[in-house]
Amino acid sequence: MARKISMKTAVNEAIDQEMTRDPSVIMMGEDIVGGAGCKGEEDAWGGVLGVTKGLYAKHGDRLLDTPLSESAYVGAAIGAAACGMRPIAELMFIDFMGVCFDQIYNQAAKFRYMFGGKAETPVVIRAMVGAGFRAAAQHSQMLTPLFTHIPGLKVVCPSTPYDTKGLLIQSIRDNDPVIFCEHKNLYALEGEVPEASYAIPLGEANVVREGKHCSIVTYGLMVHRALDAAATLAKEGIEVEIVDLRTLSPLDMDTVLDSVTKTGRLVCVDEASPRCNIGTDIAAQVCMQAFGALKAQIEQVSPPHTPVPFSPTLEDLYIPSAAQVADAVRRTLKGGKH
Amino acid sequence: MADSNPFPLAKDALLACYRRMRTIREFEDRLHVDFSRGDIPGFVHLYAGEEATAVGIMSHLGDGDRIASTHRGHGHCIAKGVDVVAMMKEIYGRIGGCGNGKGGSMHIADLSKGMMGANGILGAGAPLICGAALAAKYRKKNEVGICFVGDGASNQGTFLESLNLAAVWNLPVVFVVENNGYAESTSRDYATAVNSYVDRASGFGLPGITVDGTDFFGVYEAAGEVIKRAREGGGPSLLECKMIRFHGHFEGDAQTYRAPGETEDNRANHDCLKIFNAHVTGAKVISAAELQAIDTEVLALIDDAVVQAKAAPLPTLADLASDVYVTY
Repeated sequence: MARKISMKTAVNEAIDQEMTRDPSVIMMGEDIVGGAGCKGEEDAWGGVLGVTKGLYAKHGDRLLDTPLSESAYVGAAIGAAACGMRPIAELMFIDFMGVCFDQIYNQAAKFRYMFGGKAETPVVIRAMVGAGFRAAAQHSQMLTPLFTHIPGLKVVCPSTPYDTKGLLIQSIRDNDPVIFCEHKNLYALEGEVPEASYAIPLGEANVVREGKHCSIVTYGLMVHRALDAAATLAKEGIEVEIVDLRTLSPLDMDTVLDSVTKTGRLVCVDEASPRCNIGTDIAAQVCMQAFGALKAQIEQVSPPHTPVPFSPTLEDLYIPSAAQVADAVRRTLKGGKH
Repeated sequence: MADSNPFPLAKDALLACYRRMRTIREFEDRLHVDFSRGDIPGFVHLYAGEEATAVGIMSHLGDGDRIASTHRGHGHCIAKGVDVVAMMKEIYGRIGGCGNGKGGSMHIADLSKGMMGANGILGAGAPLICGAALAAKYRKKNEVGICFVGDGASNQGTFLESLNLAAVWNLPVVFVVENNGYAESTSRDYATAVNSYVDRASGFGLPGITVDGTDFFGVYEAAGEVIKRAREGGGPSLLECKMIRFHGHFEGDAQTYRAPGETEDNRANHDCLKIFNAHVTGAKVISAAELQAIDTEVLALIDDAVVQAKAAPLPTLADLASDVYVTY
């Protein structure tokens, strides 16, 4: 029986192993060590949720607490990457991208192209994403589509501890800028993770459940909602196939198209706001590339087009549920040609 | 010729500095003419009139020292040693340009020369140069980073955040405020509440110096001091250079916001090249004929760059989608 660790520990272990392996890996962010300049405990926090706890003891000043200046330190990580380092910048909540987005989408994303292929910017920007933490409108968003839209960025959003470790190690080794999205409601999720270092290639989706009646394409926390829905539907004799995209840019459309060609039906499940999200992109691409394979209308499950509400009652209504996913599968199975 | 040289640079070095300044002037004035003829696509922002600042600062730097430039970046590039033919090809959007025509005037970079890019986003270079300086610190090299911003971009949050970050991390950075009095068409005095950038630096815990940016020797001396401090681990500084922008914000700018006679006065009485020439010929260290010889060489260099740029191949469809990622 392999060892089980949480997704939070998987993040920590990936960073630890890469910092040990490669001296050019450094990390910076707000409170990633904690207690900087204070009179109390060193390494007081290890990040706001303790994800990087203990790394300072091993790697010392290669972890840098920063002022509350996202533009300055995210930009500094990007500048250091262009000068041969492999920095990891932690943008605590992805919602904070609004104050530093220029450095990400106008600088890091475009250096290589603007400079005629002569620049490499191997930076990883880690950030917490997603709702369900009762953290309200400015600490709960799933902003993956905004980054996926930008040429020059890679975007990763894992759903399991195993994928988290392997994809983060690959992201740190990758020579392009990577936005690494960690769902805060998956940090406690435990799963089997090898202790040895390993990398999972970016741009490879994972079929987490095989089935013949309908494909569900999703990523992040929604993979687990889809798995719950699949268990319910199985009792009704409906076998769904679930494709976990894992990386949103590059996007593994081949695996999506193979699945839809097999099942003839598609439900896209995305925790991001419903307009121009990953689900609508998948739906559009399937229509363009495999329209003939579709037996019925594509269904999408996403939150309503609203900010994330605070009240737990409302937030629970906001986040797509397994029941909504199951209903969407039933709708597409009733639709189309029989 | 006099035996004594009152300047802080030997004659050969003075000639090299003059050649760089003259190259910038010729490059920019040629672009001014060729742009008005319709030869050059897009936005072009010219550095003419400001040469003493770029060259006075860059004379203290090696290829391992990094600079982050601005939208008005041609002068910084030339002063940092970027090849003028590759620059001209880039401005003409051709293969063989610094970015193979994909960046253009506002995105010329040459990382091998420590030139981290002109930048179309004002103030964006400040965080980047903090990162370059941080990398130098980790690698325990005595390299420095120089961030250029205009008086306009000195009001950007990125710049102000970077002043603080560089101070709290004690980074080897010099922030150069190129104060030419105008943010596009808006005066410095209208847009910036403090009169002195030394005061602004002081508010962030940084030492600051203000110099006359039309005086090469003043810039050279002040830059030497703040760069030495950064190189020796003394931390960041701010250097304000008060300078004159000969041309408009961009080419095609009618400059109706300027006072009557301002441009003529600038060119007659505040031309940093004329001021340099008066110093070095007045001290009888360099003769007018020696300067003239350089002018002739530079003219030929720029003529050749334009000829090569116009003859260079245009990019093709195959170039459109390349160089977005290292791997994808």
